[in-house]
Amino acid sequence: MHNKSLAELANGLQAREFSSEELTSSLLDRLEEKNSELNAFVTITREEALTQARAADEKIASGDAGPLTGVPIAQKDIFCTKGVKTSCGSKMLDKFISPYDAHVVENCNDAGLVMLGKTNMDEFAMGSSNETSYYGTVKNPWNLDCVPGGSSGGSAAAVAARLVPAATGTDTGGSIRQPASLCGITGIKPTYGRVSRYGMIAFASSLDQGGVFTQNAEDAALMLGVMAGFDTRDSTSLDRPVPNYAATLNDSMAGLKIGLPKEYFSDGLEAGTAAVVQAAIKEYEKLGAEVVEISLPNSALAIPTYYVIAPAECSSNLSRFDGVRYGYRSDNVTDLESLYVNSRSEGFGAEVKRRIMIGTYALSAGYYDAYYIKAQKMRRLISDDFEQAFKKVDVIMGPTAPSPAFKIGAKTDDPVSMYLSDLYTGAVNLAGLPGMSIPAGFDNGLPVGLQLIGNYFDEARLLNVAHQFQQATDFHKKSPSAYA
Amino acid sequence: MEWEVVIGLETHAQLSTKSKIFSGAATAYGAAPNSQACLVDLGFPGQLPVLNKEAVRMAVKFGLAIGAEIGMRSVFARKNYFYPDLPKGYQISQFELPIVGKGEINVVQEDASTKTVGITRAHLEEDAGKSMHEGFAAHSGIDLNRAGTPLIEIVTEPDMRSAKEAIAYAKKLHGLLIYLEICDGNMQEGSFRCDANVSLRPKGQEEFGTRAEIKNINSFRFMEKAINFEIERQQEILEDGGVIVQETRLYDSDKDETRSMRSKEEANDYRYFPDPDLLPVELEESFVEGVRKTLPELPDVKRQRFVDEFALSDYDATILTDSRPLADYYEAVVAVCKEPKLAANWVMGDFSASLNKDDKDLADSPVNAEMLGGMLIRIKDNTISGKIAKTVFEAMWAGEGDVDTIVEAKGLKQVTDAGAIEALVDEVIANNAGQVEAYKGGKEQLFGFFVGQVMKASKGKANPAMVNELLKKRLA
Amino acid sequence: MSIEDSDIKKIAHLARISIAEEDIPGYATELTNIMAWVEQMNAVDTDHIEPMAHPLHAVQRLRDDVVSEPDLREAAQAIAPETEAGLYLVPKVIE
Repeated sequence: MHNKSLAELANGLQAREFSSEELTSSLLDRLEEKNSELNAFVTITREEALTQARAADEKIASGDAGPLTGVPIAQKDIFCTKGVKTSCGSKMLDKFISPYDAHVVENCNDAGLVMLGKTNMDEFAMGSSNETSYYGTVKNPWNLDCVPGGSSGGSAAAVAARLVPAATGTDTGGSIRQPASLCGITGIKPTYGRVSRYGMIAFASSLDQGGVFTQNAEDAALMLGVMAGFDTRDSTSLDRPVPNYAATLNDSMAGLKIGLPKEYFSDGLEAGTAAVVQAAIKEYEKLGAEVVEISLPNSALAIPTYYVIAPAECSSNLSRFDGVRYGYRSDNVTDLESLYVNSRSEGFGAEVKRRIMIGTYALSAGYYDAYYIKAQKMRRLISDDFEQAFKKVDVIMGPTAPSPAFKIGAKTDDPVSMYLSDLYTGAVNLAGLPGMSIPAGFDNGLPVGLQLIGNYFDEARLLNVAHQFQQATDFHKKSPSAYA
Repeated sequence: MEWEVVIGLETHAQLSTKSKIFSGAATAYGAAPNSQACLVDLGFPGQLPVLNKEAVRMAVKFGLAIGAEIGMRSVFARKNYFYPDLPKGYQISQFELPIVGKGEINVVQEDASTKTVGITRAHLEEDAGKSMHEGFAAHSGIDLNRAGTPLIEIVTEPDMRSAKEAIAYAKKLHGLLIYLEICDGNMQEGSFRCDANVSLRPKGQEEFGTRAEIKNINSFRFMEKAINFEIERQQEILEDGGVIVQETRLYDSDKDETRSMRSKEEANDYRYFPDPDLLPVELEESFVEGVRKTLPELPDVKRQRFVDEFALSDYDATILTDSRPLADYYEAVVAVCKEPKLAANWVMGDFSASLNKDDKDLADSPVNAEMLGGMLIRIKDNTISGKIAKTVFEAMWAGEGDVDTIVEAKGLKQVTDAGAIEALVDEVIANNAGQVEAYKGGKEQLFGFFVGQVMKASKGKANPAMVNELLKKRLA
Repeated sequence: MSIEDSDIKKIAHLARISIAEEDIPGYATELTNIMAWVEQMNAVDTDHIEPMAHPLHAVQRLRDDVVSEPDLREAAQAIAPETEAGLYLVPKVIE
């Protein structure tokens, strides 16, 4: 059952081939066994899941079910879940039982989805390898010596190992697309504002966006339809209707204009990855799409720009973790200053502290203009580059990450080399555009993703473009042999 | 050396919204600790701010009332610092683009001259919670009910030159906010708080001296004391050849002194940046015009109307329009008695004096406009004299009933019976033959003596005009 | 731009993070390198570019002034490190 896609499981439930309780219980058994080697989950909510599954079965029996009622999923541990630990991968929140549900969680619950647990992640979503989690590194199911990517590495590994058919994620600079690429699955980050940030613990508020990992684009369309929607509690939530993403999946690729940014195929891209991406583009040409070379002149500066804006916002967003109202409080407190300093220094890991330091520096008196304002101006230029490009093309394609999954520990001593994992993804967050990564092939046995970037609010087209590729190829059907 | 005092004020006024500026928690004062602090106010992970429309409306109303530029596009920024009463580790405020720009407020001074105080800007921000230091041995207790209450911070130019000018401005602003019904003005509850920037410079020097910011001024009386203390402190330092340190000082009303607030000194790099959780506030012209329609008659306009309509002096009109409740009260009294000048004298005189003496708010006055107006009618229709009216007013103030009840109970009705007054006049003339002689011999100033004697004989109740008239006739 | 040990101490204080004395020079070097890498941005002339704070060209929505939040003290304080009489406790605040 675990190899079935989300849509297949939904159909099976609707057709009463199996009950949600049977499905949930079977996936939980497998998950509990496999998680010990993958470390993809921080919390497994067996009891809650079985309760939800039984309720789903009742709904299906009484005819009150929605199309996805009873399907098990996992939530990234960045989404607040009422009554369940929400750690954000940090010691700071190791004992944090959220008193409320995130909007995404409410929406999933309303759709009758069954939550099996909360997935591991880089601490406060700061990382590209899932090595910064307080709960330890997540392993890539394709090679346990490799990282799954980050920050949503637990969700990506869980879907890749077929522990769950879908898992939510968040993407601030590539945190859905890069792990999707490294784990050989489908991941979508919609337009900024499409999914409410209410209850999604903030890393960098102007960049963070929720999304989802699935086996394929069709499942992503179904999940995004559940997760997206206007929310009055988030001032940056988009007040526009959510289209039926599944309805346009089969639109033809004939005449589709694909832009290939020349900057995405130059320095920094590994040859094996380039070859896979080029082959995928050829496949689109076969499907009738037209390929044009475009330029995104400021691409190379997206990551330096990102590494000012994201840390600046995070330095402020993480000030609330002060040991006063919730979360970790140091035992070593003698006065107010030591309460703050020791709780924060003991509660946060090295990468989080590093980014808080960078961000604090970039915002401090005398440096604000040189770093923060400069980065905001660069952000405008990077965004304008995309605006120009989308006057010529319907979708932009390129590599998701510069290389397949790298070895655990390979980049931990060199922050800049780690930051460059987001070389092709960060710009999309700066502009607020939707992006996807889909499995496009393999390099030395490790999956390689193709990145699709759409214009604002154009998720339906991205899903359609991804789906058409998956109709013609079967990379998305491959799973690591150890988890087949 | 002669020093010139330079004062600028920063006022934090709580806006009278029902819910907080960025959350749906209540703003009512005095609730059980932390019972009105929702997850947004507590800075819980994943919680986000959404701006209260009413707070925006009130800020715009203030801006329009002082003729300021309205920021059609304003931006919320984060002011970052750690403090236990600041749950998120930053305060959401406005920095580069405030909602209200430059404006001015005209303040009438004690000597009746008008001074214009420049308003630099006014911006919206959230209030912090409160730290309680009493009752815990080694701890402070944090109550976050106040956290997120909407504030408008009103910043003046350094235009004031004495504590008295600063207080006159603060009182005028206080009255204006209440006039506009955007702040309850309750200083004990912290709805209206002032910080004063005080500096000295040698008279004639253009450049400003180094200033100290005095915080925690929570009454007009303390404002005068705190500023004057600070002026003296700085003057002593400067005259001893010292330098003023730019710092924040706390006014301690128990000791009547200001002292340095070390805790605020270290972290003055607030790292302001636009709050990414909030989008720019862009006002539509129609929104601003809609707010303009809700503006009440403003104090300065009302003052001119009082001069025109009630033939009051500029000074009287200024005092009567100083606060909206007083102006409303006055107009209500006039409506009852139709005697604007008489009403003005009484409202500004005995009535205001009684409020001051008992330290009462106008709303708690035991004499309402109906009662005072009723008494003035009785003066006008000669039931009581102006002098007797003072006795009647005191009795009304003491809760003894309305004018007619008191006049009846105390037998204070004015004597207007010509026969009765004649009898008294005759009696006085008969008993004072010597004075009559002298008067008739040309000592006309004795006339007042006869009036006094008749009034005394009538126990003050004789109609003074009739006494005058009859005496003149008799002594002719 | 070179970040000195004193800068690290100042930033760490602003951020309320402690860095062990012996780690400060290493931290200064690392941050210097990261900021030097970030300064690639300076190659681009941005003199007449409007800073972009937000990806959407949207404006702030305004909420009606309605009290919608109930008293959540019990639930919120159930996970607080230290409370007494409904107050959050911290070491004595000296003003």
